[in-house]
Amino acid sequence: MKTTTALATALTLATALPALADDCTIKVGVLHSLSGTMAISETTLKDTMLTLIDQQNAKGGVIGCELEAVVVDPASDWPLFAEKARELLTVHEVDVIFGNWTSVSRKSVLPVIEELNGLLFYPVQYEGEESSKNVFYTGAAPNQQAIPATDYFLEELGIEKFALLGTDYVYPRTTNNILEAYLQSKDIAKDDIFVNYTPFGHSDWSKIVADVVALGADGKKVGVISTINGDANIGFYKELAAAGISADDIPVVAFSVGEEELSGLDTSNLVGHLAAWNYFQSAETDANADWIAAWKGRMGEERVTNDPMEAHYIGFNMWVNAVAAAGKVDVDAVRDAMYGQEYPNLTGGTAVMLPNHHLSKPVLIGEITAEGQFDIISQTSEVPGDAWTDFLPESAKLVSDWKDLGCGMYNTETKSCVQTLSNY
Amino acid sequence: MNRSFIARNPSVLIFLSILALFTLLVTLLSEGFGAGLVSTSMVKTLGKTLCLCLIAVAMDLIWGYTGILSLGHFAFFGLGGYMIGMWLMFERTRQIVVTSLSEGVLPPTPEDIQAAIGNQIFGVVGSSEFPLIWMFADSLVLQLAFVVLVPGALAFVFGWLAFRSRVTGVYLSILTQAMTLGLSLYLFQNASGLRGNNGLSGLQNLPGVTAPQSVVSLWFFWASALALALGYLLVAWVVSGKFGSVIRGIRDNEARVRFLGYSVESYKLAVFTLTACISGIAGALYYPQAGIINPAEVAPIASIYLAVWVAIGGRGRLYGAVIGTALVSLVSSWFTGGQAPDVNLGFYTIKWVDWWLVLLGLSFVLVTLYAPRGIGGLFDLVARKNPGEGP
Amino acid sequence: MKSLFLALLSAVLLTTAAPAMAGTVQEVLQDQRALIEKSSRRTVGPAIDALVMSDLPQMQAVLEAWQAKEMWQRKEDGWFFAASKNADGTYVLHRFEDGTKVGDYAKGALKQLKPNSGVRAMIATALVQYQLSDPDINKRTGALDSIARDPEAALLAPLRASIPGETDPGVLSRKTRLERLMSMAYDTDIAVRVTAINDMSGDLGVDFRATLNPILTTKTTILAVGQTTDATTDANVARVLLPGSETLSTQAAYALLVAADLAPAELTQDARDAALEANIEAGRVGGFPVAQLGTQAKRDAAYDALVAADLAAPRITAEDIAASLASYQFREIYQEPSQAVTDVAAAALAKSEGRVAVNQAVDLGLDALSLASIYFLAAIGLAITFGVMGVINMAHGEFIMMGAYTGYVVQMFIANHTLSILVAVPLAFAVTFAAGVALERLVIRWLAHRPLETLLATFGVSIALQQLAKNIFGTQARPLTAPAWLDGTWVINDVVAISSIRIAIFILALLFLGLFLFIMKRTRLGLETRAVTQTPRMAASMGINPDRVNMLTFGLGSGIAGIAGVAIGLFAKVTSEMGGDYIVQSFMTVVVGGVGNIWGTLAGAMMIGGFQKGVEWLNPSNTLAAQTYMIVFIIIFIQFRPRGIIALKGRAAGD
Repeated sequence: MKTTTALATALTLATALPALADDCTIKVGVLHSLSGTMAISETTLKDTMLTLIDQQNAKGGVIGCELEAVVVDPASDWPLFAEKARELLTVHEVDVIFGNWTSVSRKSVLPVIEELNGLLFYPVQYEGEESSKNVFYTGAAPNQQAIPATDYFLEELGIEKFALLGTDYVYPRTTNNILEAYLQSKDIAKDDIFVNYTPFGHSDWSKIVADVVALGADGKKVGVISTINGDANIGFYKELAAAGISADDIPVVAFSVGEEELSGLDTSNLVGHLAAWNYFQSAETDANADWIAAWKGRMGEERVTNDPMEAHYIGFNMWVNAVAAAGKVDVDAVRDAMYGQEYPNLTGGTAVMLPNHHLSKPVLIGEITAEGQFDIISQTSEVPGDAWTDFLPESAKLVSDWKDLGCGMYNTETKSCVQTLSNY
Repeated sequence: MNRSFIARNPSVLIFLSILALFTLLVTLLSEGFGAGLVSTSMVKTLGKTLCLCLIAVAMDLIWGYTGILSLGHFAFFGLGGYMIGMWLMFERTRQIVVTSLSEGVLPPTPEDIQAAIGNQIFGVVGSSEFPLIWMFADSLVLQLAFVVLVPGALAFVFGWLAFRSRVTGVYLSILTQAMTLGLSLYLFQNASGLRGNNGLSGLQNLPGVTAPQSVVSLWFFWASALALALGYLLVAWVVSGKFGSVIRGIRDNEARVRFLGYSVESYKLAVFTLTACISGIAGALYYPQAGIINPAEVAPIASIYLAVWVAIGGRGRLYGAVIGTALVSLVSSWFTGGQAPDVNLGFYTIKWVDWWLVLLGLSFVLVTLYAPRGIGGLFDLVARKNPGEGP
Repeated sequence: MKSLFLALLSAVLLTTAAPAMAGTVQEVLQDQRALIEKSSRRTVGPAIDALVMSDLPQMQAVLEAWQAKEMWQRKEDGWFFAASKNADGTYVLHRFEDGTKVGDYAKGALKQLKPNSGVRAMIATALVQYQLSDPDINKRTGALDSIARDPEAALLAPLRASIPGETDPGVLSRKTRLERLMSMAYDTDIAVRVTAINDMSGDLGVDFRATLNPILTTKTTILAVGQTTDATTDANVARVLLPGSETLSTQAAYALLVAADLAPAELTQDARDAALEANIEAGRVGGFPVAQLGTQAKRDAAYDALVAADLAAPRITAEDIAASLASYQFREIYQEPSQAVTDVAAAALAKSEGRVAVNQAVDLGLDALSLASIYFLAAIGLAITFGVMGVINMAHGEFIMMGAYTGYVVQMFIANHTLSILVAVPLAFAVTFAAGVALERLVIRWLAHRPLETLLATFGVSIALQQLAKNIFGTQARPLTAPAWLDGTWVINDVVAISSIRIAIFILALLFLGLFLFIMKRTRLGLETRAVTQTPRMAASMGINPDRVNMLTFGLGSGIAGIAGVAIGLFAKVTSEMGGDYIVQSFMTVVVGGVGNIWGTLAGAMMIGGFQKGVEWLNPSNTLAAQTYMIVFIIIFIQFRPRGIIALKGRAAGD
């Protein structure tokens, strides 16, 4: 309530003193790759940010100041992310940064952001096992995507044998590690978990698909949990379709395939396969309808919305409210104001910013439709994001609480803070 | 002897003077020590460029003077970076871990510390065991030695096999490219023990150093300038003597040199290994400034760009390699960094971010076709000197 | 609950006594409303049971509508209807009872029921009894699919009952096979089960093995030595495990005892440290200062001191473990009580697995062949430009990419996939032929006899082309969809199968091999090419125009790369970077095979493809390793055969 009144005050101020807007521009850094391999995913997020900033300026900006976007291009080059982040913070002197997609780019930026006390909003689902004082993670932690999807496999589909297929990098590796531990805690034998890693852009899937089919030989129902990234999905789903595997025989749940990725695929053979996210374009709420209309109006009718866009949508609006509540853009003040911020999700319900810098968000599971969209068949209530997973022994004893403990890596056994910087 | 070498090569003295002047200027204008006109990120960029110039000098020695087009020197560069990166990560993490563990009731055992470091470093990439190759990561001296020894050893083994089998020309180029691809694929694997795609990060934070980055960046800048100066001197000295004549002979007509009784393979192997060592040092200075090293850095394309820089600068002359590298890499980062203003043609807006690579590729074709001596060739025109050094 | 329903169902079917239950369809549905709305596999069972047990004739239609997500709920009263969409976006509702129209409703007034696939599978199981003899063949095969996915003992009787009336031979054979499989698992007569297993012994099918393996699942049990009264003594014992043997290590055996609360746990480091921490007195533990406890040895010593002072439990020694293990017997017990069944099942499975291994090797061989044909296809253009002409073209990969994008663009204009591929292939050839000719005339010709410069210049072209493709088509992968007749898989048996598109690529590779041989050996261009390659001056003096020949040959090689691009795009993806994926491999293929000889290129492709699949087979969880080892292998191979597998004699192969 306090935030809303503060926001209202800010809005009245803004309307009462329009002249102020020119004097105090608030700079918002946008650190997304506009060229290179990640451009396809990240350009969308840059446009999302520009849309959001324009919308906010149309509403009168924040605390009477106009927002100005500073867009830089780190070109999918990980060291360049660190360089550009430093440039944003020291040369352009931005007050907040929205950016990054891949984990490695985030790890590259972390030391710079922490050294210069910047503020970063990171919008993509990630592997967790990290907590930085200077980063708000608005995407899903593993317990907000991977664990609920696995529960769905276990309980609703009765899967008894798991194939964890992933691209060989940090997100699939960590997620699969967590899932292996989780499945074993759910009495799935180690022999019933098949793990495979492939390179980025892998295209020769016939043997792996044959291996997965062969898993069914001991009479257990097989399911695939896919953390396959990007382009490689195309070959994978093509091979799956060619092998005549329907979602009823061997369901595949993907954590990295959203509306944007499906737009490069003919989905008629994939109907019924699954994806788990915190947002699908097909969610039926008024806020979502407005957002889709605004997005399509700006970018074109054929464009789709996806989960990381919603993460920026929530993250940006929370930041705006936090600035309004703090009355200034100072990083420490805004961070304190962020805790407990609430903002309605596009899928219904309310997202809350937790002291561990993660959101509580609902988890949705959707089935792929022939139109390249997802049919939502399961929606949980809000799940609080967990920085340190409870299913790996080393991180189970760690918690993150920047509000009261002032520590992102607090060991509950020794009751001490392991480190106040993040691990990169 | 040294004096006569300098006297015979006035360009070396000129180069070193310019480098010293440049270093002094940047220091005086920097944020850390001086006027603050040159930002810390600019100091880092310039320092990295000096490292690239150093590897370009090595590339010029192997390609411009010896005639071996290696498409694998960035692999050595990356290995150097990984070697120093291992120590930086290990030591930084060890300090954190020891501080945190000593808060426990019992003092930590060495096993506890080792396990906690492993978990901190590799927990990020989904494992916690210490791979064997990190055995010496706790020793700065050994890892520094590895910066030279590991690239050197790889180059020696690879070169020994390749030169012994008389693999030459484009075959050798493709083979070196395959080696680079193999190394980068290996590093991409999480199982390689070097954190796979994530690589080693946070390298700009020196363990135990509390000085701000504006100062640390200058230290590395000076170190890079010094390394470039020494590397330049070394290579200039190597090519000026009899050794230099022999390798130029190999470049121009390998068979004749062999018939004269020289062991062509030994000369090639010596140059290949030496340049790999120089590349390793350049990499070890580069990546702490970049902050992160990962397998994408070692991808074959990087080594090809290196050849492009040297070719544009003019191979067969060391200052040409330096000029080409400094120019192209700085201009590249200016264009791709989004600072260059877009050109609006009315019907189409040229975004440099998109079109720079097209331009670079085509200009490269043009240089190869019409200006094989590169930018360095311009100096010949100015000096009206007989262009004897070029290929 | 589900099994209860199935038991009841079979009872119903056997007695054919229909218990008449009161109520309309809507009343039955409303009774189960909460469960239907919740729609979870764990809770929906009773609702489905109730629908089936109501025995209303419309229930098949209700279940089918529900399964197809065509059952909707009216928000105002929560009633269920069959719904279909009108042209204007509203929905028309029909009553289940008699199919009469209820009216048109806006979407906002309705709620669609979306059963997840777990619930749909349960509905499908419930529908089996209606559908097994349905006149619609699709419903019959659907019912069989459902049985195959979730076999239940209760489904055996209806399945058997439906066999005599089956008219379609295909469905009949499926029904018979399913009946055999279900007899093995569920028949009550052991003799029938044994016969069924023996009948199918050695069968390759995944379903056969999937039926036998559950029969053969075992459980390790612990039996105290000398204990005879226990019920487990007359169990169906698979084998007795000896602790300390290969099948059961001493540690694992002791862990089993600990888990069964039959022995105390061994002292872990954590437990030891906890005991030490609990006994700190004035900065000392067991006489040792705490500050000294920074090593394992000291901690052990301190713990021993605590034990001596009776402050901690003594350690479990090796003798204790041996003594505990000696008093128990470890046995693997089949879940299946009948030994006759498990014996034949084990024999039948062993026989199957032997054949499966052979077939898996065949399948791996096919995979390797397919990969080899892809490498060959990507490299064949290079075999002409690099192998025959000796020109290094680093932009070769980009010609592959141009071909693939040509296919993509054609597909944007021609919707029919078959037709578009037929158009795309010659067009891709034309486009890349032109690009090749242009490259040869503008760049390569001026760099003759300077191979390193050619390499670098064509690399510049490659960078430019790649970025150009990014600027035009974006970085996202573009779809190139194969026509339906290339979509399927050639299934030889349950183990050996290969997708049609791979067969097509294989045939295409063979065609190109033939084409290459034909052009080089039988046409004027081939003759002239060979002449120009061997001695250009002599050829020129014979009236051959070397420039023209070089240009045409280069164009031909590039054109073939374009067609290869279409094929590769069909099976994988079209991106601006796809050329880079193939260029190094292609060069390797040509170099490993032996420059200047098409058979060499073929051999090179076979070797690389075979090696890569071999490594993948050895290390199935890491495909990246296979690629790494392949490159290392190639580098080493070239050291020993620098001229490749098939080395040309004479000057043509030279430096």
